[in-house]
Amino acid sequence: MSETLLRVEKLDVTFAIPKRGALPWTKPHYLQAVSKADLTLARGETLGLVGESGSGKSTLARAIVGTIRPAGGRVLWRGQDLTQYTPAQRRAHGRHVQMIFQDPLAALNPRMNVGQIIAEPLATHRPEIGATDRRRRVGEMMERVGLLPNLQNRYPHEFSGGQCQRIGIARALITEPELVICDEPVSALDVSVQAQVVNLLGALQKEMGLSLIFIAHDLSVVRHVSNRISVMYLGRIMETGPAAAVTATPAHPYTRALISSVPIPDPKLEKSRHRPILKGELPSPMNPPSGCVFRTRCPIARESCAEARPPLEPAGPKHDVACPYHDEVEAVETAK
Amino acid sequence: MAMFATGTAAETLAQSAPMGPPRSLWADARARFFRNRAAVASLIVLGLVAAFALFGPLVARHSIETIDWAILGNVDEAGGPCFLSGPDNEIPPCSDSGHYFGTDAQARDLFARTVQGTQISLMVGVVGALIAVVVGTLYGAISGYFGGRLDNVMMRIVDILMSIPYMFVLILLLVVFGRSILMLFVGIGLISWLDMARIARGQTLSLREKEFVEAAIATGVHPFRIILRHIVPNLLGVVIVYATLLVPSMIIYESFISFLGLGVQEPLTSWGALINEGADQMRQGLWMLLVPLFFFVVSLFSFFFLGDGLRDALDPKDR
Repeated sequence: MSETLLRVEKLDVTFAIPKRGALPWTKPHYLQAVSKADLTLARGETLGLVGESGSGKSTLARAIVGTIRPAGGRVLWRGQDLTQYTPAQRRAHGRHVQMIFQDPLAALNPRMNVGQIIAEPLATHRPEIGATDRRRRVGEMMERVGLLPNLQNRYPHEFSGGQCQRIGIARALITEPELVICDEPVSALDVSVQAQVVNLLGALQKEMGLSLIFIAHDLSVVRHVSNRISVMYLGRIMETGPAAAVTATPAHPYTRALISSVPIPDPKLEKSRHRPILKGELPSPMNPPSGCVFRTRCPIARESCAEARPPLEPAGPKHDVACPYHDEVEAVETAK
Repeated sequence: MAMFATGTAAETLAQSAPMGPPRSLWADARARFFRNRAAVASLIVLGLVAAFALFGPLVARHSIETIDWAILGNVDEAGGPCFLSGPDNEIPPCSDSGHYFGTDAQARDLFARTVQGTQISLMVGVVGALIAVVVGTLYGAISGYFGGRLDNVMMRIVDILMSIPYMFVLILLLVVFGRSILMLFVGIGLISWLDMARIARGQTLSLREKEFVEAAIATGVHPFRIILRHIVPNLLGVVIVYATLLVPSMIIYESFISFLGLGVQEPLTSWGALINEGADQMRQGLWMLLVPLFFFVVSLFSFFFLGDGLRDALDPKDR
């Protein structure tokens, strides 16, 4: 658990949004999707990334995988800066980092059969493996993820959502990567199938010593699978720490609101508890609030919050939070 | 939350495994196509026209340029299709002359000439469509996939080529370099792929955002491999439909050029040239117009119905 596999330092991702109907040489609007994000991930560890839609979780993940070019910062893989890689080096690096997608069917090419889909990373990174050997390995991998290996010549649309997600997992694991980024892998699935897929991921992680970055907006799933959790809001990391600490004693007011929004399956408890409901909508990332981006919706916001962006500071062992007033959250909420 | 062990998952999946033979999207489309009667009928008709073009020379008893001196000078009376021969006209019986479709104004066998015209017209249509499919699809897919500045430059080139009045350029080409089939193909090849490139680019732009393409990029697949394995096969449905609709429009271009008297050179002929000659003679010998016109109209209708059928079969969503 000690060896650091991936370190993300001050990562910025900016999108240029051309003004509607403007001449081609006018400056576009810029949308800062991820701003100065820091992450570390140890070997074999699972990092949960939570936040509401539009908080930049998926963008951060794509910047790590390399399908989006970051505007600043570094992505260090075992100390090597991936942002300095040439495109060819970057492609070769795909062998070590794979991704699982939210919509299981959309992530599979409808014109290719399952065997071809799962074999593609292998054909890309291990071209020396012959066709028969490749087919055998694909069959083995299908068995490991709970698919019948004789379904290799089937097409994606013949499978259910859960089965498609297993195909996606098989494709991600066939090159024996060290890091798998799961972008909301279970959000599109039924609850019973969610459990199957989450358990499958957990079992394969133990078997293969994988590190996972698990993106979700469902805290109950993230709490179940993660060692550590980072909470994102409007492209910034608000809180990061061990899963138990973040969910049991959340320090940031935003995390507290997120956790209180998870329903408790007991009507009496659910009625009796205090729920700080967030007012308003997520501000536009084109024009984020000054200072702390959460201040427009924060129950304990004060004038000084608008001045400077609060840095991550320790709130417990390995538990950092980007709110200087986090000790006062409890007092304010009970007073209400 | 009930958590299932992964070991038992394999067994539950075994029960819900898909049954029957594997159904690729192509197989599904084929089944849908064959349920469409008009499309199947037009496919058969086109097969017959193609067979006519291929095997017609074996049936024809004359070459395209031999003049039947017995008929020349009396074409209006004796040049009609031989199956109309009877006691009340001067048309020689089929066993004598073998002019199944009659003769043209120069008393040349119209059957042989129609066979040869069909060959040229079909070839023009198919070659034009093939150029469009190969060049247009790849050009559009590359432009759309890479996007950005490359896309801008490539699409502006298409815009510029499209803004040139092609018919004028084609006529100039034929006048300057002489009328030949090769020149005709060059001219048609120059213009046929432009629309296809735009269509392919538009489709590629939406395909590029699909997760399976992103998965391939994240895996580290080479961009050209992504274009060939992921983009192009998913474009092909639209491309095939457009290509079948492009064949008749290419035939019409060629016919128009030939009708103007440019295009293919005597003694070679094409549907357009035959219709042109027939139109001149339509008062005396209506068959000279009707025979090539029949082939022209029937084939174009068949191509359009075929294109409709393919569109319904290949993308059932956008009907």
